[in-house]
Amino acid sequence: MKTVHKNKKPQRPGAAQGNFYKPILNAIGPGMNERIQKLRKLSFEAEPSLSIERALIQTEFYKYNYGKYSIPVLRSLNFLEICKQKTIYLGDGELIVGERGPKPKAVPTFPELTCHSVEDFNVLNTREMQRYTISQQDIDIYKNEVIPYWSGKTMRERIFSHVPKEWSSAYEAGLFTEFMEQRAPGHTALDGKIYKCGMVDFKKRIQEEIKKLDFLNDFEATDKKEQLDGMMISCDAVILFAERHADLAEELSLKESDPARIKELQKIAEVCRRVPAKAPRTFYEAIQMYWFVHLGTITELNGWDAMNPGHFDQHLAPFYEKEIAEGTLTRNEAKELLSCFWIKVNNHPAPPKVGITAKESGTYNDFTNINIGGVKQDGSDGVSEVSYIMLEIVEELHLLQPGNSVHVSSKTPDRFLKEACKVIRQGHGYPSIFNPDIYIPEMLRQGKSLEDARQGGCSGCIEVGAFGKEAYILTGYLNVPKIIEITLNNGINPLSGKQVSIETGDPRNFKSYEELYEAFKKQLNYIVNQKILVSNYIDRMFAKYSPATFLSVVIDDCISKGKDYYNSGPRYNTNYIQCTGLGTVTDSLAALKKHVFEDKTVSMDAILNAVSKNFEGEEILRQAILNKTPFYGNDENYADAIALQVYNDLFEVIDGKPNTKGESFHLNMLSTTCHVYFGKVMGATPNGRLAHKSISDGTSPSHGADTNGPSAVIKSLTKIDQVKSGGTLLNQRFLPSLLKRDEDLMKLSHLVRSYFALGGHHIQFNIVDTATLIAAQENPEDYKDLLVRMAGYSDYFNDMNADLQQEVIDRTENESF
Amino acid sequence: MSTGLIFDIKKYAINDGPGIRLTVFFKGCNLSCQWCHNPESMSPKIQKMYNAKKCIGALSCVDNCPNDALKMTSKGIVTDYNSCNLCGKCAEVCPTKAFEMLGATILISDLIKKIDNEAIFFDQSGGGVTFSGGEPLMHSNYLLEALKECGKRMYHRVVDTTAFASLETVLEVAKNTELFLIDLKVMNSEKHKEFTGVSNEKILSNITELAKTDCEIIFRIPLIKGVNTSEDNIRETASFMNSLEGNRKMINLLPYHSVAENKLVKLGKAADFVEFETPIGNEINNIISQFKSFGITASVGG
Repeated sequence: MKTVHKNKKPQRPGAAQGNFYKPILNAIGPGMNERIQKLRKLSFEAEPSLSIERALIQTEFYKYNYGKYSIPVLRSLNFLEICKQKTIYLGDGELIVGERGPKPKAVPTFPELTCHSVEDFNVLNTREMQRYTISQQDIDIYKNEVIPYWSGKTMRERIFSHVPKEWSSAYEAGLFTEFMEQRAPGHTALDGKIYKCGMVDFKKRIQEEIKKLDFLNDFEATDKKEQLDGMMISCDAVILFAERHADLAEELSLKESDPARIKELQKIAEVCRRVPAKAPRTFYEAIQMYWFVHLGTITELNGWDAMNPGHFDQHLAPFYEKEIAEGTLTRNEAKELLSCFWIKVNNHPAPPKVGITAKESGTYNDFTNINIGGVKQDGSDGVSEVSYIMLEIVEELHLLQPGNSVHVSSKTPDRFLKEACKVIRQGHGYPSIFNPDIYIPEMLRQGKSLEDARQGGCSGCIEVGAFGKEAYILTGYLNVPKIIEITLNNGINPLSGKQVSIETGDPRNFKSYEELYEAFKKQLNYIVNQKILVSNYIDRMFAKYSPATFLSVVIDDCISKGKDYYNSGPRYNTNYIQCTGLGTVTDSLAALKKHVFEDKTVSMDAILNAVSKNFEGEEILRQAILNKTPFYGNDENYADAIALQVYNDLFEVIDGKPNTKGESFHLNMLSTTCHVYFGKVMGATPNGRLAHKSISDGTSPSHGADTNGPSAVIKSLTKIDQVKSGGTLLNQRFLPSLLKRDEDLMKLSHLVRSYFALGGHHIQFNIVDTATLIAAQENPEDYKDLLVRMAGYSDYFNDMNADLQQEVIDRTENESF
Repeated sequence: MSTGLIFDIKKYAINDGPGIRLTVFFKGCNLSCQWCHNPESMSPKIQKMYNAKKCIGALSCVDNCPNDALKMTSKGIVTDYNSCNLCGKCAEVCPTKAFEMLGATILISDLIKKIDNEAIFFDQSGGGVTFSGGEPLMHSNYLLEALKECGKRMYHRVVDTTAFASLETVLEVAKNTELFLIDLKVMNSEKHKEFTGVSNEKILSNITELAKTDCEIIFRIPLIKGVNTSEDNIRETASFMNSLEGNRKMINLLPYHSVAENKLVKLGKAADFVEFETPIGNEINNIISQFKSFGITASVGG
């Protein structure tokens, strides 16, 4: 019998493709015109599949060439070979062209980093969530051609064969993850240089640097020469890649009968002959320029978090304004081109992982995040007409990718924030909102110049970086609640019974809360050091064996330093450790502090016993903890002070630890969806959370812990000095009834302004859908924060009786805006 | 220092005046509207609420009640109000908050601290503090003190009232208030008395005097079919508004909602629930256009 998995916990509305949005009613689906509707439909409906083409080209290339060249030259020639041989796709009606795979949503593999097994493919091909299809024939070819060559030689295998035992046991216990075990360190956003220089210009600069090399006095000159040679070849590779699109467009134009399409194909050919070889002159060329650079980067290697254009509206605005003034472009044409770009990004699901994680649900999201608004390099307001066009596209297309965020400084006009709030109200979960007035100081604190910081922003999820000038490597998530768990078990992972960390004493013997906290700090320090040990090792592995010669062309100052993106070539080199679960940690510590050490209503032994048996038979104790503990997120100092202490200690332990590039590690409070995985590897926690349930995300309160409304949450979060991090995150759930009237939208925007005035980094609103409300009925304690506000009446969803809840659900279902 | 009995303080209140507000709900009302949304606000005494849904049968309330007033039954815990002296022990020991005490006296200084905590939201949104209830004018000394403290801090002040108080109180409060939200429940005095327990002459004359001050007034009408949705009542409401000094042309329509039942059950007063009928979309639109024909701007919600 087939098991039906009922997904009780609804996904984030963004992933659910817009739950309140009523798309324009036509047979094809949303979009500004028929072209966009068709392209969107194709992108939306295309099933993600795996393409073995890249792996085959690469394996063949390595077989004959490995050992002949220096590593950077080998890597760039490999990239050139892929650009030369790969299938070029040019779809019907497309204006912006280029796919990483042979067709939309066909994802290549990267066997040099990690090689999928036959078993991996079978899982990916058949699992219910996040499936990637692949034919049996392709699996067989992979098995015979690809797997035998790469077996034992992949980056992943080489890393795992070198990690210390202590690291492995902590890693297997789920105390942290390691990003680079499956993918290359990526996570890159660009600045404006590719709109001013083409590849030909970059080649000239590289050549000049080669000329300047001093082989007599610079002991690194040979290494630099090899790196710069590789960068030259990479420039040629993307030019060739574009030329092949031009050729195909011309070829298609000869076969085409529709005169309008013939003109379009000729235009595509003209654009692809211009960019990326030379700098773009028009809005159209500028978009296509970025897209070729994007494709180059994600074809060369499989960088985590793909690739970001950075402040795309700011880069495009000069082209837009010039052409509008000259009358060579209309607003609608610009919107159509941008819509085409949006759909292109959606055509690129993230490459799937290998190993056990293939069984877990992942995400198709490759985290390209378009920054909209913000401030310009000179500090002035960055909002332009292009920003508004982008918001319209986000609202109309509501695609999973690209992610998008609005950046609201004190200089940002209210109109822009209000338009963004309107999109938020549709319930896609996007855009998220960022505060340049805080993230610029975050970067200044890390040592960036003011101009570089202002050109920076947030890529991927919430992490900040200096766009176009920084390698900010996310090294993995830290499961801070799990560190509490092992502290309470004297270094033993209670789920396996194995010793996974140092001994810090049996907590039953602790006389005070301070003693408990000291033990936690020791554990934290030990685990962070384990993580950094291996991170540093991996960093050197990539620097030596897997340089990103193409990406290095477009990131300052790789050319002038003659060094790779992975080898301290960028102007700034940061390693982040992303800490999760501040809410769960704070609430657990608050519960122990209050009930065990202060009120003494329950002994440490009793609470640990209850936790170890997942509160079975201990519901009264669990309820007392849930209802009588001051939890984080309510603007109450008891818990907020603990959160502040934990945050400051995370900072102390992580910030400033040296990385391999002469710079340092920084703290980041990001979780993405990792808090779900981290919850799965944990037993119950003293805050009343049951075993295997999700922990709290980065810095948001635990689900259901905040019961005093959003303003109290904001006050709690701003008690931590967010400038010391490289990003915090706050997710807030809102019922649609809180955003009914236009006036409510203004109030939402004022709530955002208040958070930012107090020093908040990021906020995101999830407008809850019917599925969430039904889940709230089933698991009330996780949803205590759902506020229902009506004129003259206000209540929490969970405090309402079933009939009233049903009414709220019905209204949520029916209300459209 | 005077005290006032308060049963709730709501943050991020977005329906009680301009901007983001903090709303203070006083306990006790001198009207007894049959449709009242907040029946827990009516009694000027501390009350107890019991939510059977939350009760897990821990029985700590029964075990700890100093007056033996509680009994476990098939429908959950039942309170014998002859023995119960509302000491609050049950709420203190209940692990699930199935018992909650309603109403607490809060020192002005503590109230102001809570209000100050939200100042950033007022500043950013043009919001402020709303005093609602119950009937805030029943606690006029405390209210005035709180209003004056808020005034010193330049917070925008709203009083949400029935205007059923002495004229002197109304005018004194008006000196310390920017905006009044006032219900015009039904214009016919007999009907008013039938449904709210008091006739409306005093209310209307207070409003007439209040309209002579600089205070802003927004009226509200809880729309209840068969009580105040008739053409006559809308016309009389509009002409009363038009008779006032100043520009008093705004009214919010609050369609009736049966939310009170849930709360009455928790108060142990399920029998007091009277169900009324809510006007539907079209009827509401008609009322809006009727108001419009008299030069009054009506909008749903507020």
